[in-house]
Amino acid sequence: MVRTYLLLVWAWTRAAAQYPVSFALMTVGGFVISGLDVAVIWVIFTNTTSLGGFDLGEVMFLYGTAGLSFALADLLFSNVDRISQHIRAGTFDVMLIRPVSPFVQVATERFVPHRIGRVIQAAAVLAIALNRVDVPLERGWMIPVMVASGTVIFTALWALGGAAQFLLTDAPEVANAFTYGGATLTHYPLSVYGGELVRGVTYVLPLAFVNWQPGLYVLGRDDPFGLPYWLRFLSPAAAAAIALAAFLAWRAGVRRYRSTGS
Amino acid sequence: MRLIGYGFRRHATYWAAAAAGAFTNTVFGVLRAYVLIALWQARPGLGGYEVVDAVTFCFLTQAYIGPMQVFGGGLDLPQRIRTGDVALDLVRPASLQLWCLSEDLGRAAYLFVARSVPPALVGALLFGIVLPAGPATWAAFMVSFVLGVVVSFGWRYLVALATCWVIDDRGLSVLSTILTTFFSGLMLPLVIFPGWLGTLARSLPWAAMVQVPADVYLGKTSVAGALAFQTFWAAALLGAGALATAAARRKVVIQGG
Amino acid sequence: MIEVDRLGRTFKVRGTVVHAVRDLSFAVEAGEFVGCLGPNGAGKSTTIKMLTGILAPTSGRLRVAGLDPSRRRMALARMIGVVFGQRTTLWWDLPLKDSFELVRLLYKVDRRVFRRRLDELCSLLELGDFLATPVRQLSLGQRMRGDIAAALLHDPPILVLDEPTIGLDVVSKAGVRDFLRRLNAEHGTTILLTTHDLGDIEQLCRRVMLIDHGRLAFDGTVAGLRAVVPGEASIEEAVTHLYLSSRRSPRTHPHRPAPDPPSVTA
Ligand SMILES: Nc1ncnc2c1ncn2[C@@H]1O[C@H](COP(=O)(O)OP(=O)(O)O)[C@@H](O)[C@H]1O
Ligand SMILES: [Mg+2]
Repeated sequence: MVRTYLLLVWAWTRAAAQYPVSFALMTVGGFVISGLDVAVIWVIFTNTTSLGGFDLGEVMFLYGTAGLSFALADLLFSNVDRISQHIRAGTFDVMLIRPVSPFVQVATERFVPHRIGRVIQAAAVLAIALNRVDVPLERGWMIPVMVASGTVIFTALWALGGAAQFLLTDAPEVANAFTYGGATLTHYPLSVYGGELVRGVTYVLPLAFVNWQPGLYVLGRDDPFGLPYWLRFLSPAAAAAIALAAFLAWRAGVRRYRSTGS
Repeated sequence: MRLIGYGFRRHATYWAAAAAGAFTNTVFGVLRAYVLIALWQARPGLGGYEVVDAVTFCFLTQAYIGPMQVFGGGLDLPQRIRTGDVALDLVRPASLQLWCLSEDLGRAAYLFVARSVPPALVGALLFGIVLPAGPATWAAFMVSFVLGVVVSFGWRYLVALATCWVIDDRGLSVLSTILTTFFSGLMLPLVIFPGWLGTLARSLPWAAMVQVPADVYLGKTSVAGALAFQTFWAAALLGAGALATAAARRKVVIQGG
Repeated sequence: MIEVDRLGRTFKVRGTVVHAVRDLSFAVEAGEFVGCLGPNGAGKSTTIKMLTGILAPTSGRLRVAGLDPSRRRMALARMIGVVFGQRTTLWWDLPLKDSFELVRLLYKVDRRVFRRRLDELCSLLELGDFLATPVRQLSLGQRMRGDIAAALLHDPPILVLDEPTIGLDVVSKAGVRDFLRRLNAEHGTTILLTTHDLGDIEQLCRRVMLIDHGRLAFDGTVAGLRAVVPGEASIEEAVTHLYLSSRRSPRTHPHRPAPDPPSVTA
């Protein structure tokens, strides 16, 4: 499956390479658009030295890790949110007659690597942040773990959003509230949000495990909400749980699929 | 007027999409409100706003997204230019620009009902928002809101018409989205932008779409000054649009594309 | 190769239940060439979608190449080629040969085998002239030939086609028919196609099925179909007769016509 995914991605990348100018513009565009989030953080910190109890370096660290997870999931799998277009156009029928998972097909269909611009931007922010906050080596191992778990969590959100579109073919935007909404939520320390919201994204929709809980560990901070310490190590488990839920939802969605009447 | 009604009805058929949009706007409104609350708790009175003003501002901006199409688009024009159908529109006796404007106003009116009111209500329930001071402020706000839609249309129309000249219109629409989301006040109130950046941002046309109507609503600005600012940009953008339409007509009709 | 037993599929459309297919039973042996007729909305496409695993049936049982299509979709995909006349399985913006390359990746066809099959299909279907043309610029006839080639690149023993000749001009139609006839005769591929074109049936199919209101209204040879009306009837007359008689008295009881000699209940 991974091999097929990579082969398809490569085939579409070669097709996109025939339009290098468009590719370059879109890459720069993605870089600048996601750079706007940083501009917002910068404007906030021209007015204050701390947001929710975290300083600029720490906020950039949280932004950078979540941004990198999101950008990787976005690059690799966000095409899944076009599923309702495929359903309406009838191209989803065609994907079902192929011997490859329709999830892989939707994710790779018309794959254009311009979203790499966001990955570069997030990685750059993370690098700058790591320069500003001192992370001791014995806690630094968590950074790759949290980025990987976060990527899985965001991918699962996209898959859940895709599965929901089997029911809500006319309203694909609902999924955005969870995917892009989740990305926005994780850009800031969760201490700025209300307690119920934070408990919701800890115990129900595990967005707190993208960067907040493991980030508290890396930064060596106390949990402002006083949640248990061991939650900080649960990111991989939370990622596995939501991935399983997404897998089941997607399968149920495909089985419910009813094609289009001609 | 009939065209406005037509635009309203045409978009009313996409109610599911509008409901989804309203939901998304509400979620983003809530998230951004928390960030602004955290900022204003650290710096009460920042930019002349109190916390409740900042929250109100946040839900107003979410309410503008649908009607003012802050993320760009909303017009069929680029599509019609790409397919060449625009040639038919340009030879019609009615002005293409006015035609598009009336349809866009209909769309905005519908999206105001479907996509603006829900997030504002949720914001009021969850956080409490301030209401305009009196009927005069309400009236000024409605005028300012409509002017904001016109300015937004003027800008999007120019971007759409540029499809006639540029090869890659997607790059252009990305640029437009960047400028609009950042300089309109959608992401943060322009009143807290520092120094010259703030001065610049507050004098550009995008400020007329989000920041100025919100200030009129909150009573943070002189109504006459605000409406004059918006009228200036509306006239400037529509004027530029008229020139661009004439140029497009020469290019498309006379040179045949 | 194909076994269908009391197959049914309903759709809920705004509260009301539409029976697209009901109580359909038939079997197709390996090497057969079966044509499927039926008025618009009869349930032909729905049947094809169930045979190919796109739709799960709501009742009944079916096996294609020994597999339950909707549960073993991916295994089935290797056994079966599918062509939709109304829409393409190719990619609009890509040149035809890039579409073929993507199909090759999807089916994991070995590169050498792929080259050989593509050369063979190119000469039989005369694709050589437009391999480099984006699909959106192909004529309908060219596109259909490209679609047929794409469906056969993995050399499936079964080919299913939903209205493959719709909208084609006389020459393109003849080319497609000629190819399908040879594929069935020389390669032994089992073929099931739906069509509104009685010419397809007369020239290609030994066996014809008529579906109406989601049910099987006739299943037998072309000669048997002609014999439905007395005298020297043409196939048109026979089909018209069957369509009209089913309209006059829509069947309410399950019914199973014997393949040969023809039997018709009205
Ligand atoms: N996805 C669907 N949703 C709702 N109704 C459908 C769907 N697909 C088919 N139908 C209905 O089922 C019936 C049979 O359709 P179809 O199989 O496409 O007929 P045919 O291909 O024979 O023209 C029609 O009444 C059609 O409206
Ligand atoms: Mg059909």
